[in-house]
Amino acid sequence: MAPDAAPTREGEAVLKVEGLRIVLDPSGIDIDDDVSLVIHRGEVLGLVGESASGKTTVGTSLLDYQRRGAKIAEGRVQIDGQDVLAMDQRALRGIRGGRISYVPQDSSAALNPALRIGTQLLEILEVHGFGSSQQDREERLAQMMGEVLLPSDKQFLRRYPHQLSGGQQQRVAIAMAFANRPKVIVLDEPTTALDVTTQAHVLDTVRDLTRSYGVAALYITHDLAVVSNLADRIAVMYAGKVVEVGTRDELFDEGHHPYTRKLLASIPDITGQRALRGIPGWAPRPGQRPPGCAFAPRCDWAVDKCGEAFPPVETVSPGHEVRCWRQQEVGARGSVLQAEAGEREAVLMPEDDEQVISVRNVTAFYQHKETLHGITTSVAQGHCLSLVGESGSGKTTLARCIAGLHPHKIVGDIEFEGKPLARDARDRSRSIRQAIQYIFQSPYSSLNPRKTIAQILSQPLKVFFDLSRDEMEDRMVKVLEQVALDSSLLSRYPDQLSGGERQRLAIARSLAAEPTVLICDEVTSWLDVSVQAAIIELLAQLQRDMGLSMLFVTHNLALVRSISQEVAVMNDGRIVEYGLVDAVLEDPQADYTKKLLSDTPTV
Amino acid sequence: MPPLLKLILIRIGLGVLTLLLVSVVVFVATQALPGDAAKAILGREAANKDRYEAVKEQLGLNKPVLQQYVGWLGGVVTGDLGDSLAQGSPVTGLIGRRVVNSFILVFVAALVSVPVSLILGSITALRRDTKFDTGVTVGSLTLAALPEFVIGIILILLFATQVIKVMPATSRVDSGLPILQQLELFVLPALTLTLAVAPYITRILRASTIEVLESEYVMMARLKGLPERLVLNRHALPNALAPALQVTALNLAWLAGGVVVVEYLFAFPGIGSLLVDSVANRDMPMVQAITLIIAAVYVVANLTADILTILVSPRLRTGLR
Repeated sequence: MAPDAAPTREGEAVLKVEGLRIVLDPSGIDIDDDVSLVIHRGEVLGLVGESASGKTTVGTSLLDYQRRGAKIAEGRVQIDGQDVLAMDQRALRGIRGGRISYVPQDSSAALNPALRIGTQLLEILEVHGFGSSQQDREERLAQMMGEVLLPSDKQFLRRYPHQLSGGQQQRVAIAMAFANRPKVIVLDEPTTALDVTTQAHVLDTVRDLTRSYGVAALYITHDLAVVSNLADRIAVMYAGKVVEVGTRDELFDEGHHPYTRKLLASIPDITGQRALRGIPGWAPRPGQRPPGCAFAPRCDWAVDKCGEAFPPVETVSPGHEVRCWRQQEVGARGSVLQAEAGEREAVLMPEDDEQVISVRNVTAFYQHKETLHGITTSVAQGHCLSLVGESGSGKTTLARCIAGLHPHKIVGDIEFEGKPLARDARDRSRSIRQAIQYIFQSPYSSLNPRKTIAQILSQPLKVFFDLSRDEMEDRMVKVLEQVALDSSLLSRYPDQLSGGERQRLAIARSLAAEPTVLICDEVTSWLDVSVQAAIIELLAQLQRDMGLSMLFVTHNLALVRSISQEVAVMNDGRIVEYGLVDAVLEDPQADYTKKLLSDTPTV
Repeated sequence: MPPLLKLILIRIGLGVLTLLLVSVVVFVATQALPGDAAKAILGREAANKDRYEAVKEQLGLNKPVLQQYVGWLGGVVTGDLGDSLAQGSPVTGLIGRRVVNSFILVFVAALVSVPVSLILGSITALRRDTKFDTGVTVGSLTLAALPEFVIGIILILLFATQVIKVMPATSRVDSGLPILQQLELFVLPALTLTLAVAPYITRILRASTIEVLESEYVMMARLKGLPERLVLNRHALPNALAPALQVTALNLAWLAGGVVVVEYLFAFPGIGSLLVDSVANRDMPMVQAITLIIAAVYVVANLTADILTILVSPRLRTGLR
C-alpha cells in the first residue's frame, strides 16, 4: 500500500491558508490560532491531532463555514488565488460543493434521512449547473457511482440512507464530494466509524480519486496510521496550532516535535516490534489551554521557557517546519519509532494455565436468528484472549453470553472455574457476579451522569463487600490509584472528565469488585489513538500485576499484540482462526485473518 | 395486503375498541351521578312516588344497568342514539345541527392556528435569539399560561364591549338561517380556540426546527452550496414537521373537547354547550352520544397523525415491510 506516485510538492499550490484564527463567539477564546497550510495539486495533506485540537474547525473554515458559537476572526483561505473568506454569500454558495467540497465524519448523520440518495446526489450537480441537461447530470452521477464502486441503477438511487450500510453511505458522501470535479476536498475523519476492511476500501477510493482528478485534499484524522499510506505531507495540530508540518517520511523518520513523536509511538504496531506508548493526559479544550506551548504539561522535554512563550516557526529543511523550543535536540534523537517506543516487552506467558472460562459448542440466537454457531474456546488463568472481528462477527455477542448479558436463547456450555454458569447474570450467585466484570464500549453512556465518581465507585463495594465508611473510602482511593486517576476526583461528575479518564473510571469500577475475569468490550474504540495506547498499557499492567484473566474484544487486530497471549479471529458467528498471538499474526492460516491483516493500516 | 393498509386497519380496530371502553366508562360514570333523569324531568313533582315510578318505567330506568347499556349500544351500532330524556325526541335529530356548528368552529380554528403556528414556529427557529423570536416566545408562553375562558373574556371585553365594539358578544347561531349569513358569530369563539392551541404547536415546531437546523445533514446541505431556500424547504422543514405532527393532532383533538367551555362562554349552540346542559339534566343518552363523538375525534386525529408521521418518515415507511 505504498504511495504509487512521488510527492507532488513542486506542483502548483491550489489551496493556501494563512494566519487563520477561529474563536468562540461571543467569548473570543481561541479555538485555532495562526494556522497556515499549503496544499498542491494532486496532493493529500494529513491534518492530525487529538480530539479538541481544532482540526475539524479548520476543515470547515476552508469552506467559510462555522458551527453556531464559533467564528473566523482573521486569516485568509485562498483557492487558486481567490480569498474564500472575503466572498459574499452568493459567491460562497457557488464554490461550496463546486470548487471545494467536504466529506463528513459520520455520513449516516450527514445524509438526509428523508431524502432518497439519488435526490441528494443529483441536487449538488443541479445547483452548480453541471452539464447542460438533466441527461448530462445523470450520466455524471452514474460515472461517480461507478468510481466509488456503487451500483447506479434506478433502484439503488431510490434508496434512503438507512437502507445502505455504513461503508455505502460513506461512498455516497465521497461520490457527492467529487461530483463537480472540485479543486479542493476536505475529508473529516471519513473512516472513523468504519470497519478496517471498509476503511481500506474507502482509503483506496480517496487515493485513486485525488490522484486521477488532481485534487488538493485535506485529510483530517486523529490516527496517524490511517494517513501514513495516503498523505504526501502531514500537519500535526495541538491545541489549535500547527506544531509541525513536513512530508510523511520527514515526520515519521525524524519528527522534530515531541508531540509528533508521541503520537507515532501510540500507534499500535501489528508487527509487534515496538512497545505501545500512550500520551499521558489529554489535549486541552479551548479556554483551558495553558500559556506558552500548550503541550508543555504533557511533554518530557519541557523547560521553563516552554510555559512562557509559544515558539516561532523554525525550518528544519525546506517544507519541514516545526514549532518547539528544543526541536534540534528532539530531532537529534533520530528515528521516531525506535527512539520513543523502544522494543516491545514480550507479553508474559503465565505458567499456570488452568481454564477460568470455558465455552463449549455455544450457539446463540438473536430473537429467532442464529448469530453464533457452535463456538468453543477458553480463557486460561492469568491469560488474555482477544476476540477480533468486524461488526456483526458475533464477538460482542460471545462476550455478553459469558457475562450473562445476552437476553436471547443460548445453547451449549459456558463454565467458570469448572462450574456451569447460569445464562442470565441475575440468576448467578453474588460471588460469580463479583468475579466476572464487564467494561463497556462507550465510557460516555456506561457511567451514570447524575452520580458522582464516589457514588459510582461505591456501588460495587456496597453490593459485594461489607465495609465501614473509612474502608470504603480507602478502597475507592486505591482503585483510582490503580488506574492512575487522582483521588480528588471523587466528588466530581463523569461529564467533568475527558473520554480517556472516563474509561479509566469504568475500569476502576470493575476493579473495585476485585474480579477474577475482566471482559473488555471494544473499550478503546471511542478514544483517540494516543489515549487508546494509554488504556492498553494500563490494562496490560493490571493483568500482569493482579494476575487477572481477560477477554479483550476488539475490531483492531493491531492492538492484540500489546495485550493478549491468545487470539480468536471471528467472522459470521464462527471462530475462523485461534492460536497464540505471535503465531496467528506472523503466519495466519485463514483467508479472513490474512485479509484483516492486510487491511489494517500500519506505519 | 399493503403494510400501510394493514396498519391502518389494525389501528381502526383499536380505535373502535377505545370507543367501546369510553362508552363503558361514561355509562358507569352517569350511573354514579346523584339523582336520575326522572327526578330531573319531574323537578318538585318527583316527591310524588307514583308519578316518579311511572316516569322511570317509561324511560327504562328500572331495567338492570347491564341491560340498559347493551340496549343502548345496540342502538348506537344501528345508528339509533336513543331518545333524549329531557326533550323526548331522538338524539340524532337534536345534535345534528350542533355537531355541524361545532365542527365548523373547530375547523376554522384549526385552519387558522395550524398554518400560523407552523410559520411562526419555523420563523422563530430561523431567527433564533432575535427580538422577534423573544417576542413570540413571551407571547406564546403568556397565552399558553391563560385558561381559554380568560382569553375568551378578554376578547369579548376588547372587541364586543367597551373598547371596540365590532363583534357580537354572544354567538347565538340561528339554526333557521344559513351559516354563511352569520359568519361573524364564529369569529370570536374561533379566535379564542386559535389562541389557546397555537402557542403549543408554535413552541414544539420551533424546538424541532432548531434541532434539525443544527443537524449534520443541514450543515452538509449548506456545504454542498445549496441555496438557503432549498436547504430549508427540502432538507430542514420536512424533517422538523414529523415531531410536530403528533402535538398538532393532540391539540386539534383537544379542540373538540375544549369547545365545551368556550361554547358555553359565547352561548354558542354546539355540542359543548349541549353537553353541559345534558349533564345538568341527567340526559344520559345525550351525554353518551356527545362523549362518544368527542372520543371519536381524538381517535381519528391520533390515527391521522400516526399515518402522516409514517408517510413523512422513510425509515418508518420502509420499516413496515
